[in-house]
Amino acid sequence: MNTKKLIGNIVRYGLYALVIIFFIWAIQNQYFNNIFSQSSTFIVLLTQHIQLVLVSSILAVAISVPAGIIITRQRFRRAEWLVSNTVNFGQTIPSLAVLALMISILGIGFKTAVFALFIYSLLPIYRNTVAGIDSIDEDLIDAAKGMGMKPSQILFRIELPNAAYSILAGIRTAVVLNIGTAALAYVVGGGGLGVWIFTGIQLFDNGYLISGAVPVTLMAIMADYILRGVEHIVVPKGTRRSQSAET
Amino acid sequence: MQEWIRFLDVNAPRILQLTIEHAMLVGLAIIVALIIGVPLGIYLTTNEYLAGTVLQVASITLTIPSIALFGVMIPVFSMINQGIGFVPAFVALVLYSQLPIIRNTYTAIKNVSPEMRDAAVGVGMKTYQRLLRVEIPNALPVIMAGIRTAVVLNIGIGVIAAYIGAGGLGVLITQGISRGDNYLIISGSLAVAFLAMIADGILLLIQKRYTPKGIAN
Amino acid sequence: MITFDHTTKTYEGGVTAVNNVDFTVEEGSIVVLLGPSGCGKTTLLRMVNRLESITDGRIIIDGQNSMELNQIELRRKIGYVIQSNGLFPNMTIEENVMIVPDLLGWSKKEKRDRFHTLMELIGLNPKEYRKRYPHELSGGQQQRIGVVRALAADPPVMLMDEPFGALDPIIREKIQEEFLQIQREVKKTILFVSHDIDEAIKMADKIVLLRGGEIMQFDTPSEMLAHPKNDFVVQFFGKDRAIRSLSLHTVKDLQDNIGLVDFDETIHDTKTININQDLRNTLSMLMNQEADQVIVTDNNDHKLGAVTIDLVQKYLHFEIKGKPAASQKG
Repeated sequence: MNTKKLIGNIVRYGLYALVIIFFIWAIQNQYFNNIFSQSSTFIVLLTQHIQLVLVSSILAVAISVPAGIIITRQRFRRAEWLVSNTVNFGQTIPSLAVLALMISILGIGFKTAVFALFIYSLLPIYRNTVAGIDSIDEDLIDAAKGMGMKPSQILFRIELPNAAYSILAGIRTAVVLNIGTAALAYVVGGGGLGVWIFTGIQLFDNGYLISGAVPVTLMAIMADYILRGVEHIVVPKGTRRSQSAET
Repeated sequence: MQEWIRFLDVNAPRILQLTIEHAMLVGLAIIVALIIGVPLGIYLTTNEYLAGTVLQVASITLTIPSIALFGVMIPVFSMINQGIGFVPAFVALVLYSQLPIIRNTYTAIKNVSPEMRDAAVGVGMKTYQRLLRVEIPNALPVIMAGIRTAVVLNIGIGVIAAYIGAGGLGVLITQGISRGDNYLIISGSLAVAFLAMIADGILLLIQKRYTPKGIAN
Repeated sequence: MITFDHTTKTYEGGVTAVNNVDFTVEEGSIVVLLGPSGCGKTTLLRMVNRLESITDGRIIIDGQNSMELNQIELRRKIGYVIQSNGLFPNMTIEENVMIVPDLLGWSKKEKRDRFHTLMELIGLNPKEYRKRYPHELSGGQQQRIGVVRALAADPPVMLMDEPFGALDPIIREKIQEEFLQIQREVKKTILFVSHDIDEAIKMADKIVLLRGGEIMQFDTPSEMLAHPKNDFVVQFFGKDRAIRSLSLHTVKDLQDNIGLVDFDETIHDTKTININQDLRNTLSMLMNQEADQVIVTDNNDHKLGAVTIDLVQKYLHFEIKGKPAASQKG
């Protein structure tokens, strides 16, 4: 038993050490310097990045969650497979291509990037909304109807609370994905921290690379962490499930 | 339509070659990821303490945006003169595959019912026999689902790898962007989409073929 | 009171699930819908609160045609219990139990008081369970909560769809007893679906035996056991229906009709039984012990006499063959 604990500890602290070594190495080589020497540019890029993610994610939630709700209503059920298959095919199209194809429709700039990110975030949220509502035991809905709940009451009191875990997980996936995809917004002139990453790649400049890539990474990890916290607060206690294998 | 025919006439061999390149990169990464991930996942079921750490790290890894990971890897791998090209792309894909593979292997083996395990021990199976004959066959559908997730994920991420000179179908898209050529972009993305669907389909067939009939539903 | 008046249900494909059904559930009584699976018993139950539509005929609830009532209001006036308990996992026990009162707009105080009353009815501490969630409770507790949830707004009518079907036999029997106890107090008009013959005999004032959507017999349990109307009823209740009918009678019935025998003090290890126990239990006690008598006691543990196997047999003859049995349910 103790050797197992030992192995666990070695791996854990080994990984901590690796991360620390990376930061020491990067700092010693002054790879983070751009953040401070060009702090105003950094702030602009960071703000752009956050705006890209926020605007596109909010729009995506505003469209996908209602869409998922509508498609799971009795009378639209039949359309579900069609929508799901279209949406599944859509997800196999690379994010970079979605961005690139938007250029020919909307030209270059911030709006194009937002629109592409929005399109790309629709799927995980939609899919998880549908899966969350579908996974609710039919007997619950039957009991709710039998007790005289109106369809709207069933939706807001039974379906949405019980699907909340799944829906929020979908939103979290979409936002984290979005932070990464927003780093590609550079290719459509959408700004964001991707500007430094791509500059770094093109100029082979480690300073730009690290100053762009590390903040984006931290942003994604933080967003994941924060949204998990939100899930913990919002999801009703009785419905919390352990993590499943898929996704 | 005619434009398309003319385009494909000229570019078909190149698209095919890049598709193969893409598939090779992803395939190789998945094979290495499997060699690491499946045994690790199985081992983790015997060491809860390590399981927590590994699953957490793998889950954090997956949240790292691909372009950012490449961005971090270039300076690191430059130290061994492999800053751009195949090596960083390959390493990144192996890393990204770990979470779905390890987590699904771990969960699937964990979920093999204790009664089944007891029965296996009861009929006198040795540990490796139990693993090969009872636990892995019963865990197979879930492990395969993890592999499929990893493959589809990697085919998508492989596109970004074109920016660090690793080749593959991303080349068509990046060139299309810099030249403003939609034909290149669309053909590249469709090739990626089809590659993903075909790979997923093949893996699904394998999964069905090797899933014991008794647990298929 | 629920009256089924030529009630019929035909599905789109032309399959008839319920055919021309006529019977009445009297005020304050339990009618059990019994029959093999696919006999239409659940469909018939669900037609009452209009979870299933009515193709033909009527269902009249307390003098009003169900189709003329507002569907939502109708359902709120009918308690509904299902096999899988249907508790909402996102709500606490209190929220679950108080859902209909909440829909009806009761005040906080009213709801809290009602919750306390109901929980005491099923012997669960209201304070302890108020903030708990359904998954933290055992199957038996969940089912009890399911039952009191249906009672929450004090509906005159209750529909119960195999409410105890998912429980293990020992707990099921206990909850059945408990529920009959509650029913004696609340006197609801209850329609109850079951596929378990013993449960039906135990719970029912009257049984509706269904096959293929049609009524085979509508009678009190004892009448149905003593005078089955047709071969299907005979087959359904099986060869041991005489023994099954014993569970409808108590030791007291035996004493009143043919009297007890004197007990023999000299026999060791003789067990005792309360006079209000049913004869089926008494018989199984007699069969499972060496002594050929069981001593009968009253509620104050006074020994009144003894029962023997011979005596039970004599009563069986007297009761089933000797005279038409009256309903013995208390």
